[in-house]
Amino acid sequence: MTTYDIIFYLFAAVTLVSAFLVVTNRNIVHAAFYLLFTFFGVAGIYVMLGADFIAIVQLIVYVGGILILLLFGVMLTNKITSVDIKTGTIHLLPASIVLGLFSGALAAIILNTNWTQVETKTAEGTTAALGNLLINEYALIFELLGILLLIAMVGAASLARR
Amino acid sequence: MIHVGLTHFLVISIVLFALGLYAVITRKNAVMVLMGIELILNSANINFIAFSKFGNFGLQGQLIALFVIILAAAEAAVALAIVLNIYKTVANINVDEIDSLKD
Repeated sequence: MTTYDIIFYLFAAVTLVSAFLVVTNRNIVHAAFYLLFTFFGVAGIYVMLGADFIAIVQLIVYVGGILILLLFGVMLTNKITSVDIKTGTIHLLPASIVLGLFSGALAAIILNTNWTQVETKTAEGTTAALGNLLINEYALIFELLGILLLIAMVGAASLARR
Repeated sequence: MIHVGLTHFLVISIVLFALGLYAVITRKNAVMVLMGIELILNSANINFIAFSKFGNFGLQGQLIALFVIILAAAEAAVALAIVLNIYKTVANINVDEIDSLKD
């Protein structure tokens, strides 16, 4: 068991335990804070996969942006004074059974497939190569995503102000 | 003890996907449903990056993961604006009670 394996299992445990707490916790604010640890764990898994730039983007966008947005959503849609930040649940048993079977089937497929793997090299920085791809081969998608973000921002602002 | 490889990452992604879907199905609060969607998107991203490392695809998997993160940000902003509007209209965001469009 190498150091890589130990660190991997650490990040995997952080991710899965906190994700489990997110989906089982009835208090939405607590769930949002557990989601923080899930995102940190996923960022760690990205680093284990040699994707350093994606990991940093994950931290900035998810932890710094989406999570704050979700917390704002929680705060703005609950009567803070009457402390009603619990969430109800429906379909607990059917969902558990169906998703247990579903993930079991997926896991069986993945474990029984003979994946061809190339030999992995030691990880290098990916930022420069990603930047090159973004402004050369993927320039159109890059621009379209910029326009999409602008439209989403204007749309969200105009929807929320109505 | 087997060495950590592609299957380990794929199994983590499966569990994360199942947990996210569980949140989407069982939670009543619309913000919790959004959190489940974020978990699902994260699991898809782990898949993309794992195949980008262990398959022979260069950096394209990581690039797609970057696009997914951008789309997730746009989706969260618009979805929360919609949720705020629903809250203003019917004073509650439980997805099973917002059924005024039915009949």
